[in-house]
Amino acid sequence: MEVVRLRVNGDERVCGVPTHYTLLETLRYGLGLTGSKQGCDKGDCGACTVIVDGRAVLSCITPVWEAEGREVRTVEGLATAAGLHPVQDEFDLNGAAQCGFCTPGILCSSVALLDRNPSPTRGEIRAALAGNLCRCTGYEKIYDAVEAAAERLGDR
Amino acid sequence: MSGRGTGTVAPPARVRKPGQGAQTASPNGSGRESETSRVLATIGRPMRKIDGRAKGTGRARYTDDIRLPGMLHGKILRSPHPHARIVAIDTSRAEALEGVHGVVTGRDMPTTYGIIPWTPDEYPLCVDKVRYVGDGVAAVAAVDEDTANAALALIDVEYEELPAYLDPHEAIAADGPFIHEPRKKGRNGNITKTVELAFGDVDRGFEGSDLVVEGDYFFEGTTHTPIEPHCAIGLAEPDGKLTVWSATQVPHYLHRELARVLEIDPARVRVVQPPVGGAFGGKSEPFDLEFCVAKLSVITGRPVKILYTREEVFYSHRGRHPFHMRYRTGATRDGMLTAVDSRIVMDGGAYASFGLVTTYYSGQLLTAPYRMPAYRFHSTRAYTNKPACGPKRGHGSVQPRFAFEVQLDRIAEALDIDPIELRRRNFIGSDIRTVNDLRVTSNGFLECLEAVERASDWEHKFRRLPYGRGVGVAGSTYITGTNYPVYPNDMPQSGIQLQVDRSGRVAIFSGASEIGQGVDSMVTYIVAEELGAPLEHIRVLAGDTDFTPVDLGAYSSRVTFMLGNACIDAARRIKAMVQEAVAETWGTKPREVLLAGGLAVMAGDTGTSMPLREAFNLAEAKFGTLGATGSYNTPRDVHGSYRGATIGASPAYSFTAHVAEVEVDPETGFVTVEKIWIAHDCGRALNPVLVEGQMEGSAYMGFAEALMEEQIFKSADQGRAGLHNAPSLLDYRIPTSLDTPALESLIIESIDPEGPYGAKEAGEGPLHPSIPAIANAIHDAVGVRMNSLPFSPPRVWRAIQAAGDGGRG
Repeated sequence: MEVVRLRVNGDERVCGVPTHYTLLETLRYGLGLTGSKQGCDKGDCGACTVIVDGRAVLSCITPVWEAEGREVRTVEGLATAAGLHPVQDEFDLNGAAQCGFCTPGILCSSVALLDRNPSPTRGEIRAALAGNLCRCTGYEKIYDAVEAAAERLGDR
Repeated sequence: MSGRGTGTVAPPARVRKPGQGAQTASPNGSGRESETSRVLATIGRPMRKIDGRAKGTGRARYTDDIRLPGMLHGKILRSPHPHARIVAIDTSRAEALEGVHGVVTGRDMPTTYGIIPWTPDEYPLCVDKVRYVGDGVAAVAAVDEDTANAALALIDVEYEELPAYLDPHEAIAADGPFIHEPRKKGRNGNITKTVELAFGDVDRGFEGSDLVVEGDYFFEGTTHTPIEPHCAIGLAEPDGKLTVWSATQVPHYLHRELARVLEIDPARVRVVQPPVGGAFGGKSEPFDLEFCVAKLSVITGRPVKILYTREEVFYSHRGRHPFHMRYRTGATRDGMLTAVDSRIVMDGGAYASFGLVTTYYSGQLLTAPYRMPAYRFHSTRAYTNKPACGPKRGHGSVQPRFAFEVQLDRIAEALDIDPIELRRRNFIGSDIRTVNDLRVTSNGFLECLEAVERASDWEHKFRRLPYGRGVGVAGSTYITGTNYPVYPNDMPQSGIQLQVDRSGRVAIFSGASEIGQGVDSMVTYIVAEELGAPLEHIRVLAGDTDFTPVDLGAYSSRVTFMLGNACIDAARRIKAMVQEAVAETWGTKPREVLLAGGLAVMAGDTGTSMPLREAFNLAEAKFGTLGATGSYNTPRDVHGSYRGATIGASPAYSFTAHVAEVEVDPETGFVTVEKIWIAHDCGRALNPVLVEGQMEGSAYMGFAEALMEEQIFKSADQGRAGLHNAPSLLDYRIPTSLDTPALESLIIESIDPEGPYGAKEAGEGPLHPSIPAIANAIHDAVGVRMNSLPFSPPRVWRAIQAAGDGGRG
């Protein structure tokens, strides 16, 4: 058991974890941030995706020590007191989440994409989400939601 | 038997334009009252799901997100052998490990269970024998996952290996030792069920045919792979009450089986079903982990959680059966079907699961949307030493549909008839009985065909695209709920309870299972429609057997139809009380009181209204605490009386047509599906956004089975018999965003006479045609018939090579 210091969703957090813990295990079991999901525990499904220093990262295969001193953003950190992030809102409006289990990871991949590319083409959206498996939607409504969110962010 | 009318007449179907609300007049569901002139305020409009924001912010709590104080972690030890006798199990070293609080084996729960009451053939943990690699033999509960894993390694099991059956034909031909003891002496213990049924004069039908097409088809098994692995938590309390949280789609059936197997009074058992992270049929029966967490909690006195690893999800399976199929299809020279004959061998895996039903479904569900004057099927489900197969989206009917729709394409080709025209000519119609005596009411299949024909620009593409490109069509039907529950009883299939607070808040107590399909939203829309309440005043309290009426579960595409009707039933009871109380105050008739837009309004241009809250309060003052229950049960006169006639019977059937456009690289055999047009008759789209989501998700899953997915196991000469070939999401290859084709949904509304507001199912039907439409498109592209799934590059390449001329004809 060792102490790890993380900056998560803007908060400085200190947590005692077994040395082999991944970032996902630390978020879920150490900090109670259960929004990030475990679907495969080996980097195949993308349900655990979080944003580390602006990049979408698979937290289930990231040793927690690699996130020390970095800015970690999870699905819990996307909305603000002012309301939902436009990507979250558009996912809801477009029916882009069905069972919702892959959704936190896909939202993080989408936000990371839009932060670096504010007006992606549909092809760029597809490519950015290629590491996130969704078993419910067939992806169409997810692309629609990301496109709509990009438009809204562009209007701001 | 065909051609018998039912007396009700469904109106012609209509095509919904994108985003269009359901404005037109229609008969309401269930025939309770005539509302043909009614304008619907909520139903039919694109709306948010009520749980969308919780899921999109990470606040939705799935089973594995729940942590109880003092919770232990459980793990299950699994068999390394496909077929073996358990000679001895020694758990003493595991029990002695620091941090281990409990160990159980099969002898602690020696009662068989099974989702179908006639075929209970599994134990929570194996007692005498293991029947597949992955079969559970012992379970531990420890302070953490690492300790639990370490404890599993300390359990010593002595096995005596038995010959393993991996091929269903070999299993059927064997004379023992059988995988299961035969239920009657002298029977074959490697067979779950054989069904043989014939309708009409099949032999004469073939004799009178101008053309008979024969073909052998193979459908490889596939599995569900929900992104959420199975998870359960057990909590035994000192007062003898047992609570099990589980990612299940059948909390009621789980409730029954937990009580029976663990010998606990069912009134002391509570099943809680948190939001489920995908299911697709893969969580629709009890699993070993649910019994194990319960038993381990009873033993340890502490809450116990078990979360399957992804590998365990692949081994728990219950997915689509591999089918070996032979079809004969006869037709006249103008393309009219004369007779259909099929012989099917199904590879069931180690346990029965829903297999008895699957065996019937393999034949029963083929008899629409085309008229068949004569039909015979013979289906056998074999046990094999592999993970058990069960129901996957489109249970038992996706495989035959693939074969049959390819047969139709071959007939169209041989007779030089356009394949859409061929299907149109054989359309069975609405308000009829099928050849196997299933009652079909509303039927929008012709409109489905027309919609995909137009949207895909079929007439300019079919046989007109350059070599390597092609289009294909297929159609299908599916049940809207199975007409009878898995255990015989006369109680409702769906129940619901509503309660109205003085604040204006309406609570819906729903026993239905939210698995992502949107059932919690569906009941909210219905209550909003009936009571005129704003969506944000409605709460859904669901998935807890302690306070919700029984709904049988999220399977067989039953929930919208059955629970929706139950919900209308309950809401209209409350509405009647509110109307009566307000009418009394206003000195008018109850039917002059309209509930809409958060108000009670006097009909006509009177300008008289009051907030709904006041109306509710008047009703509470008059009638006492305001609440109502509602229920739905199926009609009983919708099927024949022969043995098996009830299986395949449904209160309504959905219809679907797809056109797929593909590009095939003849050098590599690689198939790219460019686009699938999906037209689906869902009766009425209660929320078109959710219906489109079901259609696209279905077509995606069909595409995946057509081109990519196969649940296959190693043979003895590959080293380890019965070992899963690729039990990971990377190697099993479910489609990513880059693999998935463009999908276009075309909603067709036939307004079913008995559905809620005319609605039928949308969650399973739209999967069926994807596979044969792609197969038929490959034929249009390169001239080869793909009869075995999946259409992987080696298979397609070999087919092109075998055609000799590269398929150019």
